[in-house]
Amino acid sequence: MKIPDLTELALRNLRESLLRNSLTTVGISVGVASLVAMLSLGIGLQQLASRRLVRSGLFDTIVVTSRRDLRGMGREEERNGPTPGESRVLDEAARREIEKLPNVAEAYPDIRFVTELRYEDKPHLTMISALPESAKSNDAFEGVQGGFFSSDTAPEVLLQKSFAEELLGKTPPLGGAEPNVADLAKPLLGKELTMRYAQRETVQPKPESASSTGPRPSDNNLAGTSYSVISREQKLKIVGVADLDPESMRGPMRAKVFLPLKLAESLHVMQPTDLREITRAGSDEPVYSSISARVKSPAQIQAVEDAIKKMGFTTFSLLDASQSLRTFFEVLDLFLLIFGSLALAVASIGIVNTLVMAILERRREIGVMKAIGASDSDVKRLFFAEAGAMGVLGGVVGVALGWGIGRVINLGTNIYLKRQSLPPDNFWAVPWWLVALAIGFSFLVSLVSGLYPAGRAARLDPVQALRYE
Amino acid sequence: MATLSAVSSTTSTVAIRSENLCRHYRMGETLIRAVDGVSLEVLAGEFVALLGSSGSGKSSLLNLIAGLDRPTSGSVIVQDRDLAKLSREELAKYRLHVVGMVFQSFNLIPSMTLAENVELPLRFAEVERSRRDDLAREALERVGLRARMNHRPSELSGGEQQRAALARALINRPKLLLGDEPTGNLDSHTGTEIMNMLRQFNRDLGMTVVMVTHERALAERYAQRMIFLADGKVVDDQPNRPEAAGGHS
Repeated sequence: MKIPDLTELALRNLRESLLRNSLTTVGISVGVASLVAMLSLGIGLQQLASRRLVRSGLFDTIVVTSRRDLRGMGREEERNGPTPGESRVLDEAARREIEKLPNVAEAYPDIRFVTELRYEDKPHLTMISALPESAKSNDAFEGVQGGFFSSDTAPEVLLQKSFAEELLGKTPPLGGAEPNVADLAKPLLGKELTMRYAQRETVQPKPESASSTGPRPSDNNLAGTSYSVISREQKLKIVGVADLDPESMRGPMRAKVFLPLKLAESLHVMQPTDLREITRAGSDEPVYSSISARVKSPAQIQAVEDAIKKMGFTTFSLLDASQSLRTFFEVLDLFLLIFGSLALAVASIGIVNTLVMAILERRREIGVMKAIGASDSDVKRLFFAEAGAMGVLGGVVGVALGWGIGRVINLGTNIYLKRQSLPPDNFWAVPWWLVALAIGFSFLVSLVSGLYPAGRAARLDPVQALRYE
Repeated sequence: MATLSAVSSTTSTVAIRSENLCRHYRMGETLIRAVDGVSLEVLAGEFVALLGSSGSGKSSLLNLIAGLDRPTSGSVIVQDRDLAKLSREELAKYRLHVVGMVFQSFNLIPSMTLAENVELPLRFAEVERSRRDDLAREALERVGLRARMNHRPSELSGGEQQRAALARALINRPKLLLGDEPTGNLDSHTGTEIMNMLRQFNRDLGMTVVMVTHERALAERYAQRMIFLADGKVVDDQPNRPEAAGGHS
């Protein structure tokens, strides 16, 4: 029998015992729904986690350091790499080269220095770091009071909450209530800070200059280069206060005050590494202690890291951590899959039961079909088609049901989160492949359930079956 | 139809031959010899009645000829096919293409309309849908049920149901038409109607007809030959000049 005929006959037979077949199909739908609900929760949580991680900048960033900076990255250091003397300088040319690598979204220098900020004529010594514009989409700045920098060169600052407390003299007592970020921001936004810093200025032919620092004792000669350090002041407007937990943040985030990256670069602030790099850098081109390379997606980290290593630099990323996180979610999904499948297993017994009953009921009909020329395989395929049709129908209804359950739970969770003053989020994801997988799986399970009944129907002796009343 | 008319013109061709055909089965401790050493020949185009009391083995013999059952021993050869040697799949094909069968209880599928019932064998034969519709309409036309093709069997009288069953039996143009007490559930008037149709198909389409009946009068009126069975054995085999040969109803 051809497949369209088979399907038509199967659907007709299913309609004949509508109640029983509907109940069986409902059983399958519940099984599929539980499977879909479980898996979409797993997938949703995984997507939520990886979304957060990507936005946090922890998993899509590679920190690049020069190999000669032996203090560099501790255990991550490339001990087998070229000796420090042969390795490349991490200068602007290197930064541009890294930025041009495939899948690199941007590469920016990590500028960080300790300096003095004056607010209402009181000095505060603090760590300042520069932020690229892309940090705006960073999760860490989600709850910022005020706003982000108006441009990459604007003389503006973002304050860390604890620094805002310090400026206002409101450091909370140990164990006391934390002041609200909004309350801290109100008196500070729009106010000015004065930053005092040391500017590095290259002095080409004249080695003698005020407060010039001598080279480190080393066998490298100065190659006729020197620079002077000039004390400068820069007025900065407070545009935002961020509620960051500095301890949980990676390198540049650990600072308490943030400047726009381009502004910070233009200031030529004296950095600790300058003391060493001066021995080599023959020009005004800046030399960086480290560069952060942001990749377009965390999946490409490994490839980009390898490419950067080939250029002769040391790299560090949290790839390993993200891999173990992925493993965790794979195991979680597997568990959810097993629990979700239990209901479908129970439903498959329902299919077997329904079809065995159908054989008893339609015994005579099977006999007639055989008498007028149906082969064993025609009968077998008809029962398979009926099982398969129930599977597909149950699968479709089940996916819809599972999706609905998911929506409701998500809604409920978000109402709860709202009550707890937490931002709502999506814990639920039903991707297309899950829909296809669930229906396909349901179809497969019902075919397997149909194996025994279909075989039994096919083996019926037509003479016996026709005698049956 | 060319082949069918060819068959009817050469009436000496053997359509069915059985040799020492046996069908035994066990019911508890006792061995039942439903068919016990039957040897016979039926010529192509013959109209044969199998007669006997209930339990004489006539239906069992018919089932063996129909390919619904397999012999315990001996052979039954229909249209040059040794049925005992066919596989289950080949036997199904034989039932589909060579045999048309009608039963005492009509055996139409209640959930299907007449048209669907009649075209069901064509589905098994994987005939295209448009051709199926034409053939089903034609077959129902032949039995005078064209107007009722979209009715379900339960909406029809017994005679009409049996006529529909006949249309179904004819749809694949079989060479052999088998009837298992086809008039057993019908009153004498409708029974006559069905018998006339059987005779008509036998004559016009050249089909070999073998029917089981326990009504001797019916057999005498229509059959060319009467084979009597008792305890699974042929006890008498006699030619008959059918009374109704003239064609009154």
